[in-house]
Amino acid sequence: MNNNTKLQDFLGGMRAISPLIAAVIPIGLVFGAVAATKGLSPAEAGLMSALVFAGGSQFVAMDIWTHPASWTGVGFAALLVNIRHVLMSASLGTRMGGFRQPARYLSMLFLADEIWAMAEFRAKVARLTPAWFAGLVAPFYLAWVFSGLAGAALGAFLGDPVVLGLDFTFPAVFIVLVMGFWKGAETGAVLLASGVAAVATQHFVPGVWYIAAGAVAGLAAATLTGKSQDVEVTP
Amino acid sequence: MTVDLATLVAILAMAAATVLTRLSGLVLIRHVSLEGSRRKAIESIPPAVLMAVVAPTAFATGIAETLACAVTAFAALRLPMLVSVALGVASVAILRALGL
Repeated sequence: MNNNTKLQDFLGGMRAISPLIAAVIPIGLVFGAVAATKGLSPAEAGLMSALVFAGGSQFVAMDIWTHPASWTGVGFAALLVNIRHVLMSASLGTRMGGFRQPARYLSMLFLADEIWAMAEFRAKVARLTPAWFAGLVAPFYLAWVFSGLAGAALGAFLGDPVVLGLDFTFPAVFIVLVMGFWKGAETGAVLLASGVAAVATQHFVPGVWYIAAGAVAGLAAATLTGKSQDVEVTP
Repeated sequence: MTVDLATLVAILAMAAATVLTRLSGLVLIRHVSLEGSRRKAIESIPPAVLMAVVAPTAFATGIAETLACAVTAFAALRLPMLVSVALGVASVAILRALGL
């Protein structure tokens, strides 16, 4: 691949992620503002966004934050919230034929939900290339880190995100992506199993086990429906 | 602009946990062959994970959220992502203002 195609791919990735950047900036600002109310300095909030780079677990950490910080508490919570990344990375790993081994590991360090979803989406229609993936990561990573920093610095000046409906951005993006993965009745079974398991688990089990429960239930549904139809060979 | 030591350690613990989850899937598929039904199961991961994350918001938070999720899903059938998301956010703000 020559440099020109690489640049084209990089710009293509940037174009694909741009709506999600518009969506993630308010979330980053809210994260920073929440972190400030918990006593984190802008530097600490920015450092967390830069090193953890996983919104869900950062919000959960803010929920259970103590002074002084408990590394076992937030570390375990991050593990639990992000356990879905094991499945996501296994899934996306099968789409990385165009990546060399070190590039695969490096890319996976940036496996935020939005980046992963856009990459999976891309892999359905074209070959996923490292340059295209980098085009997703670079602007999204910078937007997340700097919006978190800005949110922590501005703090109380920001309005109530719940009144503005901005807390809804993240679920709305996910719903749009779910609709894009629809492939027929089989997908319906996966969604139903995952949704029911997640709601039930969230109702009865405190914490964030519901994400893992829903993901595993959806996976089980896919395995079962796949078995009943048996050998349908896909190239 | 100070960084407290306990906070730094907590952030590093979170980062380590996250990196572990992100790399282990990749390690896993190097050691497990992925053919036939396993392949199918892997392909179901994206919708299963996405649904698990949004389900409590969509079905168990409130009428405003449920309706706004429906608006977003319906819009996504025809409209580009950014427009669908904006419609969803606007609906949830309006519905909450109405007290739903």
